[in-house]
Amino acid sequence: MSNNQKKQLSPVQQEYQDIQKQREIKRPVVKNCIKAFLIGGLICLIGQVIQNFYIYYFDFTDQTAGNPTVGTLIFIAMLLTGFGVYDRIAQFGGAGTAVPVTGFGNAIISAAIEHRTEGYVLGVGGNMFKLAGSVIVFGVFSAFVIALIKTILIQWGGL
Amino acid sequence: MLAGHRTWVFEQKPVIISTGTVGGPFEADGAIAEDFDLLHADLWLKQDSYEKAHKVLFEEACQKAMEKGGIQKEQVQFILAGDLINQITPTSFASRTIGAPYFGLFGACSTSMEGLALGAYIINTKGAKYLLTGASSHDTAVEKQFRYPTEYGGQKPPTAQWTVTGAGAALLSDSGEGPRVTSATIGRVIDMGLTDPFNMGGAMAPAAVDTIEAHLTERNIDSTYYDLIVTGDLGQIGQEASLDLFKKHGTPISKEQYQDCGLMIYREGQPVLAGGSGAGCSATVVYGHLLNRMKKGEFKRMLVVATGALLSPLSFQQNETIPCIAHAVSIEYGGGQ
Repeated sequence: MSNNQKKQLSPVQQEYQDIQKQREIKRPVVKNCIKAFLIGGLICLIGQVIQNFYIYYFDFTDQTAGNPTVGTLIFIAMLLTGFGVYDRIAQFGGAGTAVPVTGFGNAIISAAIEHRTEGYVLGVGGNMFKLAGSVIVFGVFSAFVIALIKTILIQWGGL
Repeated sequence: MLAGHRTWVFEQKPVIISTGTVGGPFEADGAIAEDFDLLHADLWLKQDSYEKAHKVLFEEACQKAMEKGGIQKEQVQFILAGDLINQITPTSFASRTIGAPYFGLFGACSTSMEGLALGAYIINTKGAKYLLTGASSHDTAVEKQFRYPTEYGGQKPPTAQWTVTGAGAALLSDSGEGPRVTSATIGRVIDMGLTDPFNMGGAMAPAAVDTIEAHLTERNIDSTYYDLIVTGDLGQIGQEASLDLFKKHGTPISKEQYQDCGLMIYREGQPVLAGGSGAGCSATVVYGHLLNRMKKGEFKRMLVVATGALLSPLSFQQNETIPCIAHAVSIEYGGGQ
């Protein structure tokens, strides 16, 4: 893809892009990865604490504590998004805040807040899944494909 | 009048008799806060949407300019202005409030100088006695338009820039006291094939270089004629890339005289990544900070080159490259020719 695009560039364009590339500040990938690891790990740690809390103080088991834990995490993400803090943590944490369920919550909540001014139906309702919609579509689709493969392997593969 | 292909030299030297600049909370915390006429502590400006707040920004800038120039709104013959929002509604709605005949302009972040160049042309040919020109942008309204929801936690790369919340307006006239607009060079649309919307400075630099070189050639002057050549919102990457281009083309421009509004407006330590941007960036910095310095006598001649990236969220999603433009206007004060 990028090679294809490069081929269509005129020599002048190519020359400038090379100059520009040298001046471009690179993403600090290693630093970002470490930050993402720490922040993502921290979120998971908080999640684990919440899960244990539900198991010890309420009538949940390892299997059933998942749902209230996810709910609580998303609720916290919602509050942080609403108070304008989540995007700042995310600028620091990168993928660490995007990958856990809190990131998914933030994608929906931020879109809902953003489009509040256009009303509840066309604004909030219509735009809430603007960012998260593709996650759901492709998530469900890949789950379907995996399930199909699994079924075929078990039914006919004799696994 | 016309010098070369695309440079206008204004014999009447239209005067910027007054200006109005309005900023938001982030600008109030910035490096040139004292040069704003009005600063808001809240992004909402007591409105119920960011778009309405955006409109109020420009209304207030125009009102300030008229107030300082001692002109009633009935005396204003034209408004030439624009912003970055779809169908430039904030500017159009603000012009509805003022009620003067109105040209809506879109030149992305180059709108400030597009307006000043056209305004000066109209005044120079006696098409008007008083006119208002300006540009504005509102950080969250523009983010909403071009990028993700404002509270969305997406990590921005270090090449990204911060959209200025602010509006700048200038009142132009054929006579009076103030800095004078002496010439303008209109930019061509330049596309170097860059596609990253988080690196506008890098995309816009060649447009700025093209316009500056055309201006110097067509006016038959060299860069030392100007005490200051200031670009709109190239930011750190754009500025360095354009200096590289000047060097390559053999155009002598020194690092000291070549500055950027996007690098002036915020102070060290604000999380703006590669610098400020937006239509309001060049408008507020030039009409506030730079004209104030000019009036204090710090420099006499400056060339303002406002740069704009002419993309839309749609064109970017459809994998189009980013075409850019830059308009240059020279402003002189004191000293004479």
